[in-house]
Amino acid sequence: MKHLLLGDEAIAQGAIDAGLSGVYAYPGTPSTEITEYIQLCEKRKALSTNTVETGKIFCQWATNEKTAMEGALGMSYMGKRALVCMKHVGMNVCADAFMNAAITGINGGLVVVAADDPSMHSSQNEQDSRFYAKFAMIPCLEPSNQQEAYDMMHYAFDLSESLRTPILLRVTTRMAHSRAVVETIDTPREQNVLSAPENTNHFILLPAFARKNYAELVEAQADFVQTSEESLYNTYTKGIQPKKAIVTTGIAYNYLREVIGDSQEASVLKITQYPFPATMINQLVADGAEEILVMEEGQPVVEELLRGMVPSSVAVKGRLTGDLPRMGELTPDCVRAALENGNVKTESEKAVPEIVVGRPPALCQGCGHRDMYAALNEVAAEHEGSKIFGDIGCYTLGALSPFHAIHACVEMGASITMAKGAADAGQFPSFAVIGDSTFTHSGMTGLLDCVNSKANVVVLISDNLTTGMTGGQDSAGTGRLEAICLGLGVEPEHVRVVVPLPKNMEEIKQVLREEVAYNGTSVVIARRECIQTLKRHLKAKK
Amino acid sequence: MKRDIILAGVGGQGILSIATVIGDAALNEGLYLKQAEVHGMSQRGGDVQSNLRLSSDPIYSDLIPKGGADLIISLEPMEALRYLPYLKEDGWIVTSSKPFVNIPNYPEIEDVIKHIEAISHHVLLDVETLAKEAGAPAQAANMVLLGAAIPMLGIDHDKIVEGVKRIFARKGEAVVAANLAAIEAGYQASNI
Repeated sequence: MKHLLLGDEAIAQGAIDAGLSGVYAYPGTPSTEITEYIQLCEKRKALSTNTVETGKIFCQWATNEKTAMEGALGMSYMGKRALVCMKHVGMNVCADAFMNAAITGINGGLVVVAADDPSMHSSQNEQDSRFYAKFAMIPCLEPSNQQEAYDMMHYAFDLSESLRTPILLRVTTRMAHSRAVVETIDTPREQNVLSAPENTNHFILLPAFARKNYAELVEAQADFVQTSEESLYNTYTKGIQPKKAIVTTGIAYNYLREVIGDSQEASVLKITQYPFPATMINQLVADGAEEILVMEEGQPVVEELLRGMVPSSVAVKGRLTGDLPRMGELTPDCVRAALENGNVKTESEKAVPEIVVGRPPALCQGCGHRDMYAALNEVAAEHEGSKIFGDIGCYTLGALSPFHAIHACVEMGASITMAKGAADAGQFPSFAVIGDSTFTHSGMTGLLDCVNSKANVVVLISDNLTTGMTGGQDSAGTGRLEAICLGLGVEPEHVRVVVPLPKNMEEIKQVLREEVAYNGTSVVIARRECIQTLKRHLKAKK
Repeated sequence: MKRDIILAGVGGQGILSIATVIGDAALNEGLYLKQAEVHGMSQRGGDVQSNLRLSSDPIYSDLIPKGGADLIISLEPMEALRYLPYLKEDGWIVTSSKPFVNIPNYPEIEDVIKHIEAISHHVLLDVETLAKEAGAPAQAANMVLLGAAIPMLGIDHDKIVEGVKRIFARKGEAVVAANLAAIEAGYQASNI
């Protein structure tokens, strides 16, 4: 069957067709659509009456990437195939579980998908997840197009089960969020049957057992390299002029072909599987390469690696040498410039008229975050030097015009703990602004720290009953935020709830003033449904 | 056959629905297609664009090189100008003439229109009014714009109509009819 699929959807369909039993994920651009697609397929399956009975796939959102990774490892432990999906910075959150899953190894196939966001379209950094695969010493796949993304999921689960290791599949924004025609198989593979591991010592990382496991992982490295060298997904084509060679990784290959077409002049090594296949680069050099241009999306991972692998007489060029931009995603234009040594003809290129101005994203009209910021800004202005620590979500846009409200925003959950640290240092008043989903993702533990040291902070949970930024996915703590705060030990009289609407402005400001006056940890929950999900819910009711 | 198209607008205006219809028609024609979209943060009232590439031969890059676009379809006039470096020398701009003002420093609309009219191949339409005149809701303005772009798409009018029918089928006959009326209104108005 042929389908028009986003890269993310191709990954999801590939996993389903490979006999997946569960997907574990926290929403994050550009990875969200993988899990959403599987959820949609499960919903359709449940509604359909005449489908052949196939196994259910667990697909409920996890509270954060770490709980997701651990859930998937548990499913793998029981012999079934599990998938974990996240955006690149989610890898930091699940790093403890991820690194140690490489030490335990797997039982059922385990594939981790990390969607990187070079150029930071919707992210706070452009870290390259391939470092994590190298760090954990496990194989990594980096498909170059949507069809490969689909095919590689089956391959990834097979590889995971044959090498007994988790596999990291890395994509970037342009793969995740670009549609293409993908040919799929007709009948999905059966799911694995429930079967616990024969040797549970593998999963007990006491030092004595862990040392043995780690030694096995170190020993397996040679197999991993050999698998890469023999992989059909890594290809080498000797050029007519083999002095000039090009190494591409992932989707960089597409930009190369866009520019040079089917030209066979230069030698081309196309990499979509790691660890880096050493014999292939040796062959490239043996065939006479004097200059290697490395094109990779993200950080110069391969470029750095090659500098240590090839003789010093061979020039390695790429992002580190300035032939390609040091940061940001690749484009057909920068690849062309690198291939033509910067001599690109641009005389016919039209300029953007000067009257065209930027149009930054903004909070929706009628959004509750707006009313929350309007009240908070007024109360904060009543004290000289107020500091407001923001967090990750739509409400980060409170940093921009017209609110200019927040003074920091770093990573998921940091609002509460940074506000606490600032208060510890002597700052008053110290506010934290965090969304409901971000609060359950990584804010709860920080709030416990506040309670334990009676930190003088006011935590605003801007509760829109959803994970808004990524398109309105279920939020893990909906309906239970007060109970969670009370359970963590916040004094009952300092857990306040307001409804962020213009008509309630005076009341909200009064509540904030009272909590600023309280020398201890306060939580003010500003609760009103996201207007985007509200619209959808009203439509569905009609 | 090869067409590189940039779809532009402001988050929430509905450029992806245009892409969905063209994509469906292209898939049915057996064409190769690549369509890079913008999701996430930039959707919230910011500038959004999608690179749509159609070809009878395999397509490699998901992104259109500068100076490579045959056509810019924009639901907002200033947004059409933002992607001029991508337009071919003899490329087309098909755009709504109505500004979407959600920023304090939006330029004078007369200046925006002047710059669009300076492009020799352009279609400038008040798509919202055309939608209403055709008896369709304002939300169907994107389909008016698509109708106006049909002559430059390289896909037959009837194939686009079939695409509209398939895409909107599950929303009921009334929605299909409204969108078809919008397509026709745009197709007639572009007058190419």
